[in-house]
Amino acid sequence: MDTTIAAISTNSLGVGAINIVRLSGPESIAIVSKIFTNKKFSTAKSHTIHYGYIKDNDTIIDEVLVTLMRAPKTYTMEDVVEINCHGGSITANKILELLYTNGAVPAEPGEFTKRAFLNGRINLLEAESVEDLLEAKNENARKLALNGISGKTTKLIQDLREKMVSLLANIEVNIDYPEYIDELQITKENITPVLTEIKNSLQKIVEESENGKKIKEGINIAIIGRPNVGKSSLLNALLEEDKAIVTDISGTTRDIVEGTIQYKGINLNFIDTAGIRETEDIVEKIGVEKSKKIQESSDITILVLNNNELLTEEDKELLKKVEQEKGVIFINKIDLTSKLPELKTTKKIIKGSTIKNVGLEELKEEILSEFSLEDMSYKDLTYLFNTRQISLAKQALQNINHVIEENKKDIPVDMLAIEIRESWEYLGQIIGEAYEDELVDNIFKRFCLGK
Amino acid sequence: MKYEIIVVGGGHAGIEASHIAAFKGHKTLLITMNKKNIGDMPCNPSIGGTAKGIIVREIDALGGIMGRIADISHFQIKMLNNSKGPAVRSLRAQADKTTYPKNMQNELENTPNLSILESTVEDLIIDGETVKGVILANGEKIYADAVILTTGTYLKANILIGAENTPSGPHGEARSNHLSDNLKKYGFTIQRLKTGTPQRIKASSIDFSKMTPEYGDDTYWTFSFDNPPAYKINEQQKCYLIYTNENTHKIILDNLDKSAMYGGYVTGVGPRYCPSIEDKLVRFKDKERHQLFLEPESLYYDEWYLQGFSTSMPRDIQERMVHSLSGLENAVISKYAYAIEYDAIDPLQIMPSLETKVIKNLFTAGQINGTSGYEEAAGQGLIAGINASLKLEKKEPLILKRNDAYIGVLIDDLVTKGTAEPYRMLTSRAEFRLILRHDNADLRLREYAHKVGSITNKQYQNYLDRVTKLKEGEAYLQETKCKITPEVKEIFIENQKEVPNATESLYNLLKRPEITMNFLEKIVENPLDNQTKEELEIQIKYEGYIKKTYKEVEKMKKLEEKIIPQDIDYKKVKNLASEARQKLEKIRPISVGQAARISGVNPSDIAILSVYLKKEYGKDE
Repeated sequence: MDTTIAAISTNSLGVGAINIVRLSGPESIAIVSKIFTNKKFSTAKSHTIHYGYIKDNDTIIDEVLVTLMRAPKTYTMEDVVEINCHGGSITANKILELLYTNGAVPAEPGEFTKRAFLNGRINLLEAESVEDLLEAKNENARKLALNGISGKTTKLIQDLREKMVSLLANIEVNIDYPEYIDELQITKENITPVLTEIKNSLQKIVEESENGKKIKEGINIAIIGRPNVGKSSLLNALLEEDKAIVTDISGTTRDIVEGTIQYKGINLNFIDTAGIRETEDIVEKIGVEKSKKIQESSDITILVLNNNELLTEEDKELLKKVEQEKGVIFINKIDLTSKLPELKTTKKIIKGSTIKNVGLEELKEEILSEFSLEDMSYKDLTYLFNTRQISLAKQALQNINHVIEENKKDIPVDMLAIEIRESWEYLGQIIGEAYEDELVDNIFKRFCLGK
Repeated sequence: MKYEIIVVGGGHAGIEASHIAAFKGHKTLLITMNKKNIGDMPCNPSIGGTAKGIIVREIDALGGIMGRIADISHFQIKMLNNSKGPAVRSLRAQADKTTYPKNMQNELENTPNLSILESTVEDLIIDGETVKGVILANGEKIYADAVILTTGTYLKANILIGAENTPSGPHGEARSNHLSDNLKKYGFTIQRLKTGTPQRIKASSIDFSKMTPEYGDDTYWTFSFDNPPAYKINEQQKCYLIYTNENTHKIILDNLDKSAMYGGYVTGVGPRYCPSIEDKLVRFKDKERHQLFLEPESLYYDEWYLQGFSTSMPRDIQERMVHSLSGLENAVISKYAYAIEYDAIDPLQIMPSLETKVIKNLFTAGQINGTSGYEEAAGQGLIAGINASLKLEKKEPLILKRNDAYIGVLIDDLVTKGTAEPYRMLTSRAEFRLILRHDNADLRLREYAHKVGSITNKQYQNYLDRVTKLKEGEAYLQETKCKITPEVKEIFIENQKEVPNATESLYNLLKRPEITMNFLEKIVENPLDNQTKEELEIQIKYEGYIKKTYKEVEKMKKLEEKIIPQDIDYKKVKNLASEARQKLEKIRPISVGQAARISGVNPSDIAILSVYLKKEYGKDE
């Protein structure tokens, strides 16, 4: 990596009191020296901080502290310089511009981490976690990301792999040293309990990881209902802004309107759908089709009903639909006279009013409780939380389930070992640390054999 | 004197190397210190074993002789792991230590183009970068176009018993004093390895009544794909199982500092899979007893081999240790256990063809390459012999891949990862072991053998006949239906098998895990021979698993097909981690696949290397 990259490494809106502009690459120190007034900087020891001014020719841009970190003990294992300047995007951007004119090139998103990975500073899991940290949208996600780095996830996976390898090593030792009958003989009967235990842990990891993913990406919530029951008003009330266009003409919302709020550290992504009804209006028709799709791909649905109207056929259809999935019913306009009959549903009903701001807290609370995410912010967040990791864990789980099934039949142990080994390798891929001779090493470590 | 190929050493590697070179029509000289030791078995009295038995069959499929000589020289044979599944079944024979070498010597003496010379090689004749022959201890020079070193444990060997350290080869044979120094001079990295062998006990002093007998199989087996069995089931000999006890452990632990290992007299690295008994006690403190086996060495003398009791303790302690064992209270030790240290080269300095990277036309095989075991040695010897011949014939070398053979796994491991201890083959080292079975070694390898000319026409024809039989057999199983008549239903019920709903082909029935060929014979007459039945049963029953393995093979092959040009300059590949760069420079892998298996070369290095190859050579996708 022979270029020197630079970027603002604090958030791009520049809202904090301090911004950090970071450089990495062979020319980092030389480039900064050109615009930094502190003359001792370029020859200073590694891991030192220097005071001075950033100047554009004779114009002082900012009073700064500059951190000097020489290769290889840096995040990227290259020369790294960090300029701590004052907050606000204008100053930081000006400094960045100066760095570019003096030879640095803009860093691509995640390029610092990529260099750290390619230079062997961090492993795959850590790299992915850092990516996630950079993208972390909220506090819980940041915690999740930090846990990845600190190796908590790694530990969890390592424990499972340890269990698998001890089973595998035992199977292998029975195979490679069949005459050593003193060692525990792995049979159909003693494979299943071990695998069931592994399966349960793995299942828990997968489930919780999917919840973890929700923490990071948020819960997608579709708001559905017959036209003009107040879906857009609900969205607006929830978002506390006028993002959706609200009129009293039915069918106003023709496209999908969405917005995100943070509630107890979780992103709630609300998606207002066009009123679902049979319609002749082409534009509206497209909106309706789209809204059906949205509803299908969302995590939970809010069905909005109007307290002031009788239950229509359309409402009944929608009630049936919601009954089959994760959902909650919001009865709007309780400030008006109730004409709605008693509902037959297993779903939680929340009565409220978007105009009077009633029932909204309860609604948000209910959504969280549907995912049992509420207390997650207090837990140790040790989960896998990117798609690659989760899909590897799922593959491992699928294999283990298959082995348990196959083991009920007359399948010999050498076949079963194939899939157990594969699962073990999948988990190894998650933490990026599987090495080939691990199994052989384990056989010799655990068993006592030979001439 | 001028030969085409000289083989140095008459052990299991040297035998296969010299035999196959001569078979392929090259004027070959085998130089050994002692003709009577050709084919000697200095350690355990068996050929085969888990994974190793499959190697013997591969050797046979490729035209080697270990399998067919073992077939006529054993007094017990059994199939290991029968119950654990088809992928891991493997034959082991208790070979007679008198008959086996005798039969080998007879075989070599009757091999055309092969001469045998009794002498010691101490140096090579090198011209530029190419070997031109060998120099004997008496200074005599013998010239050849290619040289294969199969020196076993004889390079600067030392025998260790307690604090005694004697410069000597196995059983007090002479050792080679200068060859390894000379190899070092030419640029080889020499490492010191260690192995050991247990006591031999006089049969007449053993009380067998206190021991558990172990029998041979009551089915006939052969390693060879071409010859019928040459033994009688009921004439097989027994082996015995015994255990160490508290008293044995006390004697060993009390005297630990007297052993060569723990007393600090050994510098070589010993293998983890055959630790000495003192090692086992120290490493596995909680085990109350350890298994030992007593195996007869020969029908022609009365020594028994005490497997599992290898040690470097002094003689007096060994006496006490042996006498503490049940049934051996009055045992007479005819040979004491000893450890042996010897020089070996770093296998990272050899290519997958087994030609060295240091000197052209010089090949190495067996323990000199850091392996352990007769079978591992023979497999390499065969490949070295074939490839030395092919080189003289100006043909491409035979390089078996990891999905072709255990021999392929063995050589790939050696030349890719090197070894810090004597390398023993294990089934767990073969990721594709489901397709590397004992039963299909001929199906996997005879086409290669035919192509390189290492088998007779008759052997090739045997293979073709088998392929035909398998095809016919498969058709038969597909065409033959099993009708569910009341009688048939009864048979299913009697044998506690689920009764099929409707008429099914035998082929489909075999797919069910609980339905075996044997069971089907109770219903429909089966004209197939046993070998065909076994093969088809495995192929049909485990089709799903086999397919899965082939999928993995395909993945590997893609990387194997990305060839790395041998003129690559790794200094020019930017951003490689420095450890990866060093390893790649040293090992010079032939493909991206091999590069990926090098320890210390990470996925990111492979990504960088692939990008470089694409940029520089337009290769890689």
